[in-house]
Amino acid sequence: MKDGFDILVVGAGPAGIAAAVTAAAAGLRVGLVDDNPAPGGQIWRSGAHLPAAAQRWLARLDRSSVVRLHGWRVFDCPQPNLLCAEPNSAAMTSESRVRAELSFGKLILATGARERFLPFPGWTLPNVMGAGGLDALVRGGLPIAGKRAVVAGTGPLLLAVAAHLARRGARIVAVCDQASRLQLARLAAHLVFEPAKLWQGANYALAMLPARLRTRCWPVAAHGSDRLRAVTLRQGAKQWDVDCDYLACGFHLVPNIELPTLLGCRIEDGFVATSEWLETSVPGIYCAGEPTGIGGAELALLEGEMAALAASGLTHQARGLARKRRGMSEFVAVLAKACSLDPKLRALASDDTMVCRCEDVRYGALRSRANWRDAKLHTRCGMGPCQGRICGSATEFLFGWRDTPVRPPIFPALLSSLASPDTPTEDLVAAGAPSHSAKESR
Amino acid sequence: MPESTRSLALTVNGATVAVTPGTTVAAAVLMAGAAARISVSGEPRVPLCGMGICFECRVSINGAPHQRSCQILCQPGMQVLTAAAESCALAANRRTS
Ligand SMILES: Cc1cc2nc3c(=O)[nH]c(=O)nc-3n(C[C@H](O)[C@H](O)[C@H](O)COP(=O)(O)OP(=O)(O)OC[C@H]3O[C@@H](n4cnc5c(N)ncnc54)[C@H](O)[C@@H]3O)c2cc1C
Ligand code: FES
Repeated sequence: MKDGFDILVVGAGPAGIAAAVTAAAAGLRVGLVDDNPAPGGQIWRSGAHLPAAAQRWLARLDRSSVVRLHGWRVFDCPQPNLLCAEPNSAAMTSESRVRAELSFGKLILATGARERFLPFPGWTLPNVMGAGGLDALVRGGLPIAGKRAVVAGTGPLLLAVAAHLARRGARIVAVCDQASRLQLARLAAHLVFEPAKLWQGANYALAMLPARLRTRCWPVAAHGSDRLRAVTLRQGAKQWDVDCDYLACGFHLVPNIELPTLLGCRIEDGFVATSEWLETSVPGIYCAGEPTGIGGAELALLEGEMAALAASGLTHQARGLARKRRGMSEFVAVLAKACSLDPKLRALASDDTMVCRCEDVRYGALRSRANWRDAKLHTRCGMGPCQGRICGSATEFLFGWRDTPVRPPIFPALLSSLASPDTPTEDLVAAGAPSHSAKESR
Repeated sequence: MPESTRSLALTVNGATVAVTPGTTVAAAVLMAGAAARISVSGEPRVPLCGMGICFECRVSINGAPHQRSCQILCQPGMQVLTAAAESCALAANRRTS
């Protein structure tokens, strides 16, 4: 264990980057592992014009001594102070896959958040995607110029996505938020008075788009045979069809808490509970960014720095950050309120609407089930490769079910990876920093 | 911007697709007009989340099955196969019957 990392950070979004850079600056041996091909997390994806703050942090990361594992997914914790990761890279054939064993003194979990999806008739049709999902695909090279897109769901992400897709030449035919005008006005007021741009793009877009933003409006059906052709939107008693090429639909964000849960960290109301210094209920394990509360990139950065200082034993240097964080905590609550779901959305799914996309379990088969466990046992809902990451947050809203405890592996791992000899931390470190690909670190 | 106009070629179900460096395999599959996979009840599916969570974007890359194409970047000469390629006709039959 002596050759492991002093501090290991999981997740290279704003929170994880800030944590890794800050801990490395304190002179510690730091590892940073993330399943995407490049650092940045959900917001600082490459292929986009990055804000100055993002460029500064990424440059600091490049200059730092942090050992980086991009394209590696953490899937297990076989023993305390040890995580297992598997490479994502298809350049490796299955025979040469390896598993990395990452040992650490302290751990910072910065696993971010994902979108919440709600099932409605037609939502499994090709080209019905998440709002952040379509945005990520466009940043990943999908041409969108000239395509007609409906952006729907809830949350400031919709406006950021609509603004970005429009800049890329998409024709935004409708932007619909399920929230009321009052809910959004409260959020807008908060964003206006917040000097820090907590949710980049959205406050800009709030100013630009209100005329076209429909409130208390949502898709009730998506139509098409082989792919999406049109969407039926409903606003109050009005219902109408809109032709489109894409429906980008997401209902705000839910935190990625599977890894913290596996590690035994206490979860409160769906989020990771931490001390003022961001230490979880498990000593030596810290959490920063969206899993502690959905608050946007700037709060994630601040928490990353704080967690790193605390984990490095430099709490006294984090007092100012802690004060700032208390000031920002109100925003987390305001945002949650602005995104709270209208109970009418529970009526969107009909009996033959797919709920679990992995196992193709329909609403009608789930309706009579007592709880998540019962549903899993009798219908295989949530038993597919996504392990309930998509249908779990839907059934929580639809039926009030809470997920059962997490079991390893938290992502399906290849058998070859489970069985193959491990790459010990020393070899990864020996491969030198920054280590950009799985191959270099073998 | 020479960086973004340079292109690389890969194949999706045997057809050549030219993309700019930094393009994800998921985007290339969509550009090729292919569905990524066929669901257990026969529905064609394409990427949903774009971030490695939903598993709807799984394809085979250079012979390695079940790769999450939204988190993998295109490389020159990559060979991508979608499960949808083989079973599309079947799925269409099933839906109309
Ligand atoms: C699709 C999407 C788009 C968004 N767009 C915006 C926006 O425009 N503006 C804005 O302010 N906010 C946006 N957000 C909110 C966003 O979550 C935060 O602003 C910010 O990205 C939070 O930073 P973070 O570091 O907490 O998490 P993230 O940026 O989510 O980073 C977490 C990282 O950890 C990785 N990870 C998680 N689990 C594992 C594991 N087991 N092994 C390896 N790696 C793992 C993830 O893949 C990800 O790269 C968006 C969120 C989503 C989901
Ligand atoms: S699109 Fe969801 S995992 Fe790739």
